[in-house]
Amino acid sequence: MVPQTAYLIIAAILFCVGLYGALARRNAVSILMAVELMLNAVNLNLVTFWRFNTPNNDSTNGLKIGMAGQAFAAFVFVIAAAETAVGLALIIAMYRARQTVVAESADSLRG
Amino acid sequence: MQTIDWVQWLAFGILTLITVGGALAVVIDRNIFHSALWLLVSLFGVAGLFVLLNAPFLAAVQVLVYMGAIVILIIFAVMLTRRLMGITESVNSQWWIGALVSIVAFLVIALVLAQAGSGSAPLLARDPIATLSNRTVADFGAALVDPAQYALPFELASLLLTGAMIGAIVIAREDA
Amino acid sequence: MAEFLTNQGISATLATFIATFLGVVAVASFGLGWFSVLGLWLERKFAARVQDRMGPNRVGPAGLLQVVPDLIKMITKEDITPQGADKVVYNIAPLMAVGAVILIWAVMPFSKQLIGADLNVGAIYFVSVASLGTLAILLAGWASNNKYALLGALRAVAALVSYEVPMILSILVPVMLAGTMSMQGLVEQQHIWYIFVVPISAFIFFTSNLAETGRSPFDLIEAESELVAGYNVEYTGMKFGMFQAAEFVHAFTACALMAVLFIGGWRGPGSDQANLGGTILGFAYFFGKTMVIYLIMMLIRNTVPRVRIDQMMAFNWKFLVPLSLINLLMVAFIQKLIVPQYDSVLTTISGGGVEGGLYDAIGANFVAELPRAVILLAANLLVLGVLGRVIQMFIQAERRRVGEIASTPNPLHPPQRIEVAVGD
Repeated sequence: MVPQTAYLIIAAILFCVGLYGALARRNAVSILMAVELMLNAVNLNLVTFWRFNTPNNDSTNGLKIGMAGQAFAAFVFVIAAAETAVGLALIIAMYRARQTVVAESADSLRG
Repeated sequence: MQTIDWVQWLAFGILTLITVGGALAVVIDRNIFHSALWLLVSLFGVAGLFVLLNAPFLAAVQVLVYMGAIVILIIFAVMLTRRLMGITESVNSQWWIGALVSIVAFLVIALVLAQAGSGSAPLLARDPIATLSNRTVADFGAALVDPAQYALPFELASLLLTGAMIGAIVIAREDA
Repeated sequence: MAEFLTNQGISATLATFIATFLGVVAVASFGLGWFSVLGLWLERKFAARVQDRMGPNRVGPAGLLQVVPDLIKMITKEDITPQGADKVVYNIAPLMAVGAVILIWAVMPFSKQLIGADLNVGAIYFVSVASLGTLAILLAGWASNNKYALLGALRAVAALVSYEVPMILSILVPVMLAGTMSMQGLVEQQHIWYIFVVPISAFIFFTSNLAETGRSPFDLIEAESELVAGYNVEYTGMKFGMFQAAEFVHAFTACALMAVLFIGGWRGPGSDQANLGGTILGFAYFFGKTMVIYLIMMLIRNTVPRVRIDQMMAFNWKFLVPLSLINLLMVAFIQKLIVPQYDSVLTTISGGGVEGGLYDAIGANFVAELPRAVILLAANLLVLGVLGRVIQMFIQAERRRVGEIASTPNPLHPPQRIEVAVGD
């Protein structure tokens, strides 16, 4: 069997690659893609912990935690979709106003 | 279970290669359209890993939502915001700080995982829980509408999606 | 098959792998291979007869082998890659289009024993995989380095992504009725065919599949006379052939899915047995039902005119999506009130004599499902009636509006009085 640590290392690699992309890329759409990678790493973590660590007994403090990992991963899907939609709408609006999508050029509030 | 082991490891290895290779190519490739396609490859690898982790419903939803909708949205945005075909710099001036930070973060996480996975009472299990693979999609659906479980986040998520939909339309609409 | 190989002494994993591999080969060759011969011929003959001409009748008996010269023509055309096109993406796009369609055949239940992979999320799997075909169109339009191809691809992808919504909503209704998402389970639970229980869902699924596969009346996606054939304008030779094959096989796949989800798949008298006869009967029923739906698709293709893109989107968002939502809510509500009691009906009939015989003939499960089916059918017909009335009101309002415009005198061009001289 593949041990849990392997999946978690993969998720960590994904997260750090996404972190590098979010910090180092210029194009705003590239930054959004890197954020998607980070969210996927989080999802992988959640599902790994659900698979390996969720106890099978059902109620703890009256709350069934059998499906917690999958439910959280599903909510991360929802949030990622909402964030991507609004983020891309913002990028398109910025492109219309300034004719550029380079993130560094949105600096009119800079002191 | 020697015969099953190597199949699982092989699948895991291939999927790891796809996922990590795709992710690296996303942040390294200069052509932004190509990096969107590498994102597609990487997300497909993650969907495969979900299948290995006994979550087939999440894998199908990953393909449907991420690959079938979000990546298409990203590609649309790439197409709508291109001005020059020329190659500009794809990384900004502080890229080495970014690389340093991400490498340090990875080392920290790897150290924590190595510590938690070893020792007399490891926090991280080695073998997956055997009976967990009986959890079906029906249980997941029941968990989402059970008032004692996740019905409230479910409703809030639907409100969030409605708000995001309206917000995206309003922001991206041409002021006519 | 796996057991057969294991008994021969091969290890269990390898046997499963070989059996799965052979199954994949069989499924792929069925889906792409010999249906192309029969289906293409049927399509062209049918269209020809509707248009009062003969159709292909030279190659092979009655033109049956027409697909062979077509294939040879496709292969021998010159393979041009446009200048400035993105070579890797340009070559991958047709492969993705064909791959996405063939992947759907992995979960198609041919009979009770023949299914590629009985995933327990089969219903969502085939929707996810169909969205890969949408991506292929986007890649094709982008990689062609041609603004008309790009415009056509963007338009096509917008339409395809929009029509996935009512398709998913209408798939949820049989899933709710059957209680399972696996395709084999969906067929096994259809003691009464779902087209008689929820005809609205069947209609919505059929229509959104027509749009998804790009068949008439929604074939502006690859219309030959508009936008210079859209996203595949720069493709020649076998790559273009792959796009055409993908679109054609996708149509057949959509008919097969409709048959599985709503018309009972391989179910029919005598197909429940586990022996070879039952398997062949099940396969024959499945194929026959698919062909009936395909006939309906061809009929619609040859008779209904094409719609514009804005009409298509308005039809989706203003008609199909609200209708499918209302249907989903209604079915969920009624499903909670009435759940078929298979066990109680079985105990009832096992005691009786004549009734037992009669119920055995029709099937005890059929009788158990009857109350829910009748009530759902009545509710669906009620919704259809209300819908008809609403549409009628819309039509009357539109007619009045057009009539006002037509009868308002134009101040610039007052109607001339035409003097007719009556002969003396």
